[in-house]
Amino acid sequence: MRDLRIFLIFAIVPAFALSVGCGGSSSSSSNSSSGTTTTTQTIATSGANVASITVNAGPNGNYVNGAFASVIVCVPGTSNCQTIDGILVDTGSSGLRIISSALTVALPQQNASDGNPVVECLPFVDSYTWGPVQTADVQIASEKAASVPIQVLSDTDFTTPTACSQGFPSADTLPALGANGILGVGLAAQDCGSSAACVQTGTAGLYYQCPSSGCVETGEPLAQQVINPVALFTTDNNGVIVELPPVAGAAATVSGSLVFGIGTQSNNVLGTATIYTAPNAAFTTTYKSQTYTESFIDSGSNGYFFPDSTIPICSDNTGFYCPSSTENLSASNQASGASGTVDFSVANADALFANLSDNAFEDLGGPAGGPAPNYFDWGLPFFYGRNVYTAIEGMSTPGGTGPFWAY
Amino acid sequence: MSNTCVRKSWRLLAIGAALAVVSAALPASAALGGDGASVQADQLHMQGSLRTTAAAAYTMHEIQGASGTVVREYVSAAGGSAGKVFAVAWHGPWRPDMRQILGGYFEQFAQAAKSQSKIRMGRRPLMIELPGLVVEQSGHARAFAGRAYVPDMLPTGVRPEEIQ
Repeated sequence: MRDLRIFLIFAIVPAFALSVGCGGSSSSSSNSSSGTTTTTQTIATSGANVASITVNAGPNGNYVNGAFASVIVCVPGTSNCQTIDGILVDTGSSGLRIISSALTVALPQQNASDGNPVVECLPFVDSYTWGPVQTADVQIASEKAASVPIQVLSDTDFTTPTACSQGFPSADTLPALGANGILGVGLAAQDCGSSAACVQTGTAGLYYQCPSSGCVETGEPLAQQVINPVALFTTDNNGVIVELPPVAGAAATVSGSLVFGIGTQSNNVLGTATIYTAPNAAFTTTYKSQTYTESFIDSGSNGYFFPDSTIPICSDNTGFYCPSSTENLSASNQASGASGTVDFSVANADALFANLSDNAFEDLGGPAGGPAPNYFDWGLPFFYGRNVYTAIEGMSTPGGTGPFWAY
Repeated sequence: MSNTCVRKSWRLLAIGAALAVVSAALPASAALGGDGASVQADQLHMQGSLRTTAAAAYTMHEIQGASGTVVREYVSAAGGSAGKVFAVAWHGPWRPDMRQILGGYFEQFAQAAKSQSKIRMGRRPLMIELPGLVVEQSGHARAFAGRAYVPDMLPTGVRPEEIQ
């Protein structure tokens, strides 16, 4: 009886996850392949701390495995506000960034103590963002944060220094970013942090002062740095939960929730989730007997990315794996006092992408090169069918003080 | 150990500023593909401290830069690329100065980085595999790691996996 009920729920819920959950949540269950364990996923669908997120092609129409949310930005202290959708939910970075072409309200520019405008360069592994730091009141769901430093992405407001671009392409326009912005809700509060390279000398290369004579690197006081807006919410400010239902292979659209706070409301309890502490924004993943000590969970990565020279790389989509038949794989994650096995699969990305109407892929993976300490990057496919908690550094939760992941 | 590095960095910052004219007179900043002398130019440019380790086929110079990012430059010990930097690797909170460490290969890298396929978009590690140049970078905000090498310049018996 119990097994039958579980099967029925599993079969029905993915298609009707939100409509079934009118009481405030929906549940789905799945059996592991061994049949020995059963996990239940509950997706919160109502509450002041719940924002809807959707995996779809995004505002540029060609994104894969991107979860998008809507945010409201206001001129601080006013009701002059704008709702912007198509904002990528990224647990791998911190801070709100909006492309200038999507922004219609005029936000105040942040100036340094000497009056020069502050402009930011944020490096990503394959690109960078550049543009002025401005201040906004931010609202997501019913959660509000006042006077939040955000980055407005623009190649034209201030000339990009070559020290920022470094040969990489910018991600400051809709075609380049594929989104109207990035909502960085990662482990860190500020995007640069308290090191001398960030706050004093500016050698981190993130913050610039831009007088008319040109932009020069500068230290940026911690309180002025672009910050994970969740950390400035008046409530439910210790982290987020990304809740996405399972995807059976591929789908055009997946609907889920971004829940604010961990253990602060009845809809965001830790429950049976295992806590993986991440003192250096990393935990250890063991895959095929190799240990990857700088591994991380990142909703902003669109696949599982890890080194494996036995899986062929795609001829068309060279950033992804193209095995001749789907590879069923397993890895284990370890942190202080916690460990667990994760089963996952990697399918042929060229074949997956051939169906242009699909945007969510359960089995998308690709190579991650570079030297040790290597990274195993648990991207968005890891989130399908699993509630993933990201607790902000220094914030207390019923499961301990962040930074940690839990799932 | 790390405190020592930090102190060295600051001392070298001062020395680096004093020697700016001298460093400009060193060979053009051709790290990858350049000769071993370019290591010193990079050290000054990165305001860093230097540690050198020798292996049979190469010498590895590790520069701890002021931003906290570590750059390792591999200089071949023998063969056709003897004395030349055949690979660079980096890890740390932020990216290194790509123009400085890639030297004459920078433009080739930049062109390839900007022509990555955008048909199906997403955010993922950088993987540039050209016949004459490999550049890889992975990680996330506050944690980057990457490497670049010239396949034809790898000393005999050295595998890319050794470039750490």
